[in-house]
Amino acid sequence: MSIKIKCRLDRGVGTNGDPGFRLDVDLDLPVAGITAVFGPSGCGKSTLLRCVAGLEKKARGMVKIGPRVWQDDHTFLPVHQRALGFVFQDGLLFPHLSVLENLEYGLKRSDADRQTIVMDEVVELLGLEKLLARGTTDLSGGERQRVALGRALLTSPDLLLLDEPLAALDRSSRRAIYPYLERLRTDFTLPVLYVTHALDEAARLADHMVLLEGGQAVNSGPLTEMLTSPAPGLAHGDEAGAVLPAWVAGFDREFHLARLGFEGGELLVADTGLVPDQEVRVRIHARDVSLTLEPAGGSSILNILPARVLALIPDSPARVLVRLAVGDSVILAAITHRSATALGLEVGRDVHAQIKSVALL
Amino acid sequence: MLAPEDLTALVLTLKLATISTLVLLVLGTPVAWWLAMTRRRVRPVVDALVSLPLVLPPTVLGFYLLLFLGPDGPLGRLMIAAGGRPLAFTFTGLVIGSVIYSLPFVVQPIRDAFMATGHAPLEAAATLGASPRDRFFTVAVPLARRGFLTAATLGFAHTLGEFGVVLMIGGNIPGRTQVLSIAIYNHVEALDYGRAHLLSGGLLAFSFLLLLAVHFLNRRFPVVRV
Repeated sequence: MSIKIKCRLDRGVGTNGDPGFRLDVDLDLPVAGITAVFGPSGCGKSTLLRCVAGLEKKARGMVKIGPRVWQDDHTFLPVHQRALGFVFQDGLLFPHLSVLENLEYGLKRSDADRQTIVMDEVVELLGLEKLLARGTTDLSGGERQRVALGRALLTSPDLLLLDEPLAALDRSSRRAIYPYLERLRTDFTLPVLYVTHALDEAARLADHMVLLEGGQAVNSGPLTEMLTSPAPGLAHGDEAGAVLPAWVAGFDREFHLARLGFEGGELLVADTGLVPDQEVRVRIHARDVSLTLEPAGGSSILNILPARVLALIPDSPARVLVRLAVGDSVILAAITHRSATALGLEVGRDVHAQIKSVALL
Repeated sequence: MLAPEDLTALVLTLKLATISTLVLLVLGTPVAWWLAMTRRRVRPVVDALVSLPLVLPPTVLGFYLLLFLGPDGPLGRLMIAAGGRPLAFTFTGLVIGSVIYSLPFVVQPIRDAFMATGHAPLEAAATLGASPRDRFFTVAVPLARRGFLTAATLGFAHTLGEFGVVLMIGGNIPGRTQVLSIAIYNHVEALDYGRAHLLSGGLLAFSFLLLLAVHFLNRRFPVVRV
């Protein structure tokens, strides 16, 4: 079973020199987990989501969720007949209804026999208990998005579409809402398309990623691979870095450190109240990784891992990204061309990666 | 206090205003919806047609309505052919005249309210499984509530004060087509300023109180839940 999205939409040439826009995307996505649709503003991310939802009536192509056809050459199910949940950037809660009435709006309109998600579960999951009786106009940005997410979930959708749900939030509200979105991944088996232009959101939440540029999907694949892929796209500049799934393997109580296991080794990080066996994600920025040929003694760096050079990817005239295998995992190191030459780096060379900092996502 | 003929005129006026307002809301809402949502090129044409009564002298409107509704007009002939009588100089004729005359006062506030709401909340409702009809009644109309209240008030008050159209197509038949504004005209013509004062002052005070009431209603029951 999979999600097939084939979508073509032409926005004609505008009157005031607007060059027009064409979305032309053909995607095959896994049914489980969160797929980040990532790309710069104006690349067609939101339009793609609107096409999948049926909000763009002129879109041609095919939308198939498992066995259910929402759209093909002969069919165009109207939006309200597609079993989907949609969370808009600004929430779009109904101002004339209370929070509870907003939550009930979609619930009441979904088939009783396909309801798998119930009110109590959603209220508990998203911490909405105290908001239920309130109106929507004086909710904070984070609260609004939690209500909007709950409202969409309560339709028990086959596919959840999130259109930059955090873009209108400030940093701290964004951080506060992450755990709720993570529980979306762990508590539901629902497929999610998550549109974002923020790489840290994708890195933290997504399992899978689609990279969109100029209306076309230039690359797609599992998140960990996409972030370190030598193909054009994500692995460049200051944002370049790997994301590794890891688990808490043990603690160094004396120094308040936690040992994280990952496919290929262990990392030491500051213990921020982790619990044993907890699953976490770590992000290792390429700029925080340096290379030596021999394991350096007398270094303040905690994490030094044996690695093998997989590829050298030119990033800028001065800088090169080194793709490294650490066991079964891949990380990136950003070094200068000069250092690469001095170390004699080439594919297959064994090195030691010194990781200056590891970010727990 | 009021003479019996004046009382009859008052009752007739209120009846006319009430019926016209109801008809206007029923007819005006779809027109307003269409004007607010359509992207067709004929939109400005329809918009201008609906707004015509704002600028036309009521007598012009009344004159053409008289021709249209009278025994020799298209609708008049149709009525006669169907075994009825022409609508000129009847209460029904007055309702038709009032509806056309007050149309912009009802359509414009509702249209503006629909436009202020925009497409986005309706799209949200659609993603939650609401059919077009469902989202019209559960999202578009409640969010345009102020527009409807303003429309009903303006439609009602405007019909109350109408003169020219009524005079042209309804004439001055006591108990049938003689409304307040015409009764006032008759009193002034007859130099009976006392009775003219009573009716005019009454209408003035009533209209003022009506508009004031709408203001407070709007404040008391805002569109949004707080």
